[in-house]
Amino acid sequence: MKVADKNKNVAPVECEAPNMQGKSEKLLKYLIIGVLFGIVFVKAEIISWFRIQEMFRLQSFFMYGVIGSAIVVGIISIQFIKKYNIKTLSGEKINIPTKEFRKGQIIGGFIFGLGWALTGACPGPLFAQIGSGFTVIIVTFLSAVAGTWIYGKFADKLPN
Amino acid sequence: MEQLIEWIKQPWPWWVAGPLIGLTVPTLLIVGNKSFGISSSLRHFCAACVPAGIPFFTYNWKKETWNMVFVLGILIGGFIATTFLANPDAIVVAEATQQDLAALGITDYSKLLPVEIFSWENLLTGKGLLFFVIGGLLVGFGTRYAGGCTSGHAIMGISSLQWPSLVATIFFMIGGFLMTHVFLGPLMSIFGF
Repeated sequence: MKVADKNKNVAPVECEAPNMQGKSEKLLKYLIIGVLFGIVFVKAEIISWFRIQEMFRLQSFFMYGVIGSAIVVGIISIQFIKKYNIKTLSGEKINIPTKEFRKGQIIGGFIFGLGWALTGACPGPLFAQIGSGFTVIIVTFLSAVAGTWIYGKFADKLPN
Repeated sequence: MEQLIEWIKQPWPWWVAGPLIGLTVPTLLIVGNKSFGISSSLRHFCAACVPAGIPFFTYNWKKETWNMVFVLGILIGGFIATTFLANPDAIVVAEATQQDLAALGITDYSKLLPVEIFSWENLLTGKGLLFFVIGGLLVGFGTRYAGGCTSGHAIMGISSLQWPSLVATIFFMIGGFLMTHVFLGPLMSIFGF
């Protein structure tokens, strides 16, 4: 945390007046998208540990319906963007980074799956759970940050 | 208007929630050329708070602030939905799941998360160690090793037709099935349930 404090002290030098306003304006839209997204997570009960249990026990179609229809809408949207060469609001060409295949997608994916069934949450719902008043999930969140840090520490020693 | 609020308070069906989540993909792309992904925020938190000179965390995380603002929004959205739009009734869970969970000692459906597991009293016990600490570590380590989570791979990656994301998603599911059907019961008895 010490480093964060240092960064905070340094920050004002980089955020001098003229850019600052534009920058905060820009970020507000991501906050709004996040809020709407969080509301969907809670209202559809996707943040529920029970829904994830139903999914992995194949006892309810609900989560398969959610993820499946999200993917269908995602595929159609991206095809639409490509076909009509839709640009961003500021007129840039839309860029979708390519995902290279690595062994991590198998090993890391499997490890995440173990954690997903335990916690009943992927990273997105973690945040919504905390907001919903399950404050003890802050501990899960901090552990997830620690897990990410451990990966970063040993990234070059792991098979990839 | 009142009817609308009543309707919003009911749990939303999958065919409302799924497409809305899917629409996040083009929304983020069009609004700011951003790829939908949530687990990267965990990496940015590391880079911002404890980079410790590790190359994996030495990058300009300030450029990724949008991602942290986005997840902050998710947290606020969770608060708004629970405070103002909450469904007063207990969560409806499949009968078969209820039977399976009863065998594990989980019977309280008053909240979205079982209070037998997710409460502060469990923090310094085996239960807390298993579900909060070990669970969180697996999620954080696994998603970063895999290069993404359900949002980055299963939704964004598959939506853009990238087969490595399909591979990752298949292994998310394999890990989840194995934990649920093989490890969860024994682990829960070891850790004090």
